[in-house]
Amino acid sequence: MSAGPKQFPGRLFIVEGIDGSGKSTQLALLQTWLESEGYGTYFSEWNSSPLVRNVTRRGKKKRMLTPMTFSLIHATDFADRSERHIVPPLKAGAIVLADRYAYTAFARDVARGVNPHWVRNLYRFAVTPTIGFYFRISVDEAVKRIVGGRDAISYYEAGMDRTHLDDIEESFRVFQQSVIDEYDRMVDEFGLVVIDASQSIEDQQEQMRAAVTLALNGARKMDART
Amino acid sequence: MSRFEFYGPGLPAIETGELKGTLIAIEGADGVGRSTHIGLLKQWFENAGHAVLDTGMTRSALAGKGLEAATEGNTLGPIAMSLFYATDFADRLENEIIPALRAGFVVLTDRYIYSLMARAIVRGAEPQWINGVFQFALKPDIVLYLRADVEQLVRRVVQTTGFNYWECGMDLHLGEDMYESFLEYQTRLRKVFDDMSGDYGFHVIDAAASIDDVGDEIKNCLEPLFASSLGA
Repeated sequence: MSAGPKQFPGRLFIVEGIDGSGKSTQLALLQTWLESEGYGTYFSEWNSSPLVRNVTRRGKKKRMLTPMTFSLIHATDFADRSERHIVPPLKAGAIVLADRYAYTAFARDVARGVNPHWVRNLYRFAVTPTIGFYFRISVDEAVKRIVGGRDAISYYEAGMDRTHLDDIEESFRVFQQSVIDEYDRMVDEFGLVVIDASQSIEDQQEQMRAAVTLALNGARKMDART
Repeated sequence: MSRFEFYGPGLPAIETGELKGTLIAIEGADGVGRSTHIGLLKQWFENAGHAVLDTGMTRSALAGKGLEAATEGNTLGPIAMSLFYATDFADRLENEIIPALRAGFVVLTDRYIYSLMARAIVRGAEPQWINGVFQFALKPDIVLYLRADVEQLVRRVVQTTGFNYWECGMDLHLGEDMYESFLEYQTRLRKVFDDMSGDYGFHVIDAAASIDDVGDEIKNCLEPLFASSLGA
């Protein structure tokens, strides 16, 4: 990543972590709080470019994706988000909240065998976040939270294209463990703020707000939407 | 030791040692005669007993429809568009080009990564970034760059397909109409191609000559690759 957030009046806070880490819950709570404090917030999530998402969905459904096309289609989606939903709001002085960011690709794609330097170059156009939060959780705990939850585990999320294991839960454990290893490696490389996701929701939110408060110094407030 | 290599780290799980065919890339602007010469070459190779796959920047099974929607609606920004093209190319490389090379085909590709990189660079992409993105591509055995003056391209385009939105670079707002925009856009592309020519070792072929002369020059460039198998 090259462009720093300092050149924009807005702030960019992003959350990372494997499925079941609770990062989306935490980001939603952060957004509610920021709004109540009078900041203009803008929320952006992974796989959200309408045009690109259809291609990704079809590629996943038909299992047409290789590690390389998986990586590139997600980068395409992210580029559309970045050009449309991240950079312009940052220029306008908004607080942009992103559920998953380039680090998701660095973790997953490398766990799939893609070259780490190549994938870091791929995302060089991305704005460096003001703070990147990493919600760290064990695979066992994540599985407990996901199984029986809203979505069943998907083929690619379980890394079945990589592990070649027949049992989806077993594959998820093996693959997500290597994703976690990649995240752990990135903590120092990118200065991610680690939140222990086994704590209570309230404690995690308190730590998040404390870190965000320090980074809000000088940020613009906006009139409430009418 | 394999003849083939990638520009960089390459594709995960692809063994270049298994690739036996020949990869020939033909580059050049629209209207320069690429498809004419690919047609002639295909026949020439087949007459000599080679199996030929001719492939182009047609659409991949994975991203084709999405790209079509994106180009028709003009709704993606330049970075997303460049990466969408890269996705489309990767899908064709892995599912079309590499299997054909594995089976020993002569693969004639109508444009390759260079056009995709040039389009991105003309739209403001950092050359280092986009070159890095395409490092997963295989190095062709030879890149033939059919080079023409912009005036010559204009003459061919008006007599065939007419001006089209993307070939005129209309998204860049370079001129007051398609003609003005075409001149400026194609001039910029040509400059980028000329810069790449040395870095990537293009064989530059003057496309102003007659079809027969261009065809002969192309064959002269290719003969060393097939020293034993092609008749004069």
